[in-house]
Amino acid sequence: MATRTDRQAGAARAGAGGRLFGWLDDRFNISPLIEFMRHKTVPVHRHTVWYYMGGVSLFLFLVQIASGILLVLYYKPDEANAYESVRFITTKVSFGWLIRSVHSWSANLMVFFVFVHMFSTFFTRAYKRPRELTWVTGFLMLAMVMGFGFTGYLLPWNELAFFATKVGTDIAGVVPFIGNAVKVLLRGGDDVTGATLTRFFAIHIALLPAIFTAILAVHLIFVQRQGMHEPDYVQKLPPEKKSLMPFFPNFLLRDTLLWLMVLNLLLALAVFFPWELGTKADPFSSAPQGIRPEWYFMFMFQTLKLIPAHVLFMDGEVLGIMAFMVAGLAWMLVPFWEAKRRPGGRARPITIIGVLAIVYMLAMTIWGYLV
Amino acid sequence: MRTQPGCRVFMVSCLAVTMLALSLAARLAMAGDTQAEPDASAAQEAVDNCVACHTENDMLPAGHLDADVHMQPGLSCAGCHGGDPTSDDQEIAMSKAKGFRGVPERRDIPAFCARCHSDIEFMRRYQPRIQTDQLSQYLTSVHGHKLAQGDQKVAECASCHTSHAILPASDTRSSVHALNVPGTCGKCHGDADYMASYGIPTDQFDKFKMSVHGVALLENQDTGAPACNDCHGNHGATPPGTTSIGQVCGHCHVNNMQYFSDSRMGHAFTERGFHGCEECHGNHDIHKTSDQMVGTGDKAVCMKCHKAGDKGYVSAGQIYEHLTGLASVYAQAENAKQEVERIGMDDVEIGFLLQESHQSLIQARTLVHTFDPDRVKEKTDEGTGKARSALEAAAAQVKDFHVRRRGFGMATLFTTVLVLALFLWIRQMEAK
Repeated sequence: MATRTDRQAGAARAGAGGRLFGWLDDRFNISPLIEFMRHKTVPVHRHTVWYYMGGVSLFLFLVQIASGILLVLYYKPDEANAYESVRFITTKVSFGWLIRSVHSWSANLMVFFVFVHMFSTFFTRAYKRPRELTWVTGFLMLAMVMGFGFTGYLLPWNELAFFATKVGTDIAGVVPFIGNAVKVLLRGGDDVTGATLTRFFAIHIALLPAIFTAILAVHLIFVQRQGMHEPDYVQKLPPEKKSLMPFFPNFLLRDTLLWLMVLNLLLALAVFFPWELGTKADPFSSAPQGIRPEWYFMFMFQTLKLIPAHVLFMDGEVLGIMAFMVAGLAWMLVPFWEAKRRPGGRARPITIIGVLAIVYMLAMTIWGYLV
Repeated sequence: MRTQPGCRVFMVSCLAVTMLALSLAARLAMAGDTQAEPDASAAQEAVDNCVACHTENDMLPAGHLDADVHMQPGLSCAGCHGGDPTSDDQEIAMSKAKGFRGVPERRDIPAFCARCHSDIEFMRRYQPRIQTDQLSQYLTSVHGHKLAQGDQKVAECASCHTSHAILPASDTRSSVHALNVPGTCGKCHGDADYMASYGIPTDQFDKFKMSVHGVALLENQDTGAPACNDCHGNHGATPPGTTSIGQVCGHCHVNNMQYFSDSRMGHAFTERGFHGCEECHGNHDIHKTSDQMVGTGDKAVCMKCHKAGDKGYVSAGQIYEHLTGLASVYAQAENAKQEVERIGMDDVEIGFLLQESHQSLIQARTLVHTFDPDRVKEKTDEGTGKARSALEAAAAQVKDFHVRRRGFGMATLFTTVLVLALFLWIRQMEAK
């Protein structure tokens, strides 16, 4: 319940807004929250710009939800109607073309910004104590964002998506012991069919959003409780040399400014580079040339293509999948095993690992598109 | 319980009689079942000494195939050649007393096969839906006539069907399967030496395989396309005559034949003994038609008979203009549709209009066989109207596309102004 002082402060606010605030505060005791917001600060230093990446990812997630709900009004998740319904959305529904394009572009931008957010967190070592679980929840969300991309890619039921899903689920089937079960579970049978489409739709619009939203809530609560991480060199500064910015309104307005810029970019992309629909998938036709996954899977796809069929006693593809799984697990658990810098060493080993990871991913992605 | 000895004898006798009766009834029942079995099964179960001996002595006929259509239901060698396959004594098995007929003379082969194939009752047991008039048809054919005259080179049944590797025509391995018929006929008709004494061309197969029908059948494996027998007949193989050639083509090209038959040109052809469709389209080397076949140009077949200034010349020119006019507008509309598709706009209605326009173009091309420019024009006008509507719809979509871009360009500008205003506000706020 609000205290007398709080209520007096509320009453002091003039006009209808003040009265509404008082009415709400009387019932929900929101004054402490406002006070928390009022006193919340964000460190200002040369890496402050990376703080905005999480916010942009959140904004794009909200765009995904809004545009996705509009698409669901017309989309039909079955083999016979999926392609036609997307075609109907893009050609007949008022602004359907825009909504579909925004959904596709914002999905790709979201993956991009989530990656940027993750690497910025990694290089500023924001994952270290006490933020280990914030990092783990963030990594889980990255994996789920890629899951959103994979399941959403098939939904228009076009040729490219159909065969890419075939290849993608085949790769999942290679995982030792559980691979085949996972493949059948994903496909809803032995092959990619209408059952796969319905299943992917359910995962895309119900299962993943529900889990993602829960993890996102936990992630945001962690961030709010622990505040923004300060890089090592800022932490070492004496308090009088540290610079802070009020979260409200300064940081929030800057966040809004960036969100508007991203929205502008999103609209420009949707209008000037509308997302193509391609030709309808024909399960009985042979796979066309140039089957490739979405760009964020390309580094893995290209790696698997390059690994020889057999490496020592192991199947090359199995080895590749296992390596990616181990690397992913190690990445998620980085706060718990991070190697310390040797005294006198120039760069932290973890920074070198991060740089190598980025170089590897970029090189493989570019190679994948060039070949 | 005690019984009298006389009574015991009586009971044993009754039991013995009952068992004997049951045993006889069972034997009779089994005999009845055996008689109900078809002859073929019985023959199959018995040892076929023809096959056994000829296999053992390595004397099976060349090309013999176990999958042969006659071997399958158990007709075996004796089914055609007679004799007794149950006897392992050659003298008995291949004796005339046992009905042995041996290898027939070439001239006797049609009658040899017709013993069964012309017997409706017999054929009903194996192939109830098969025709039984092959021999009578064959006798009307050129092959049949020449065989009757003693020609030993002409085709008889085995020439096309083989002797001992006969397969149903539906079997792709069969020599008479649709895809194999041109090759089977071409085996003799493409052999210049073999055909020398008949004085007929031997390039039919070479021409056919380059033709529109040959490409469809042999390259695209489209069994709906005609093979030799579809025009010349099967057993009654005869070259279509002057009056029947239109009917032969018209079997598939129904409208073309009807328009041609009803036209003045059709009547004139009949009067002058011209070969209907063949005069313009050829026979074995029929190529895909084009609008250039009509008109007054170099490739126009009309100019084979018509000369500049005559009525046919004028009509041919008009028909050509109508057709190419529609074809040109249709091509423009098709390009416009592709552009609409490329920019991601609504091309569904345009697609329907194009379909209708294309249908009109096909119908107009068929109406060429009326040789009536007005009838062709009526149809091309219809198609041109649809194609123009498609062009207008495409232009509207392209315009809408640009309107969208401009509209959202404005929206982007508005957002940019908002971004700038917010930026300035933040700066001003933080400067205080």
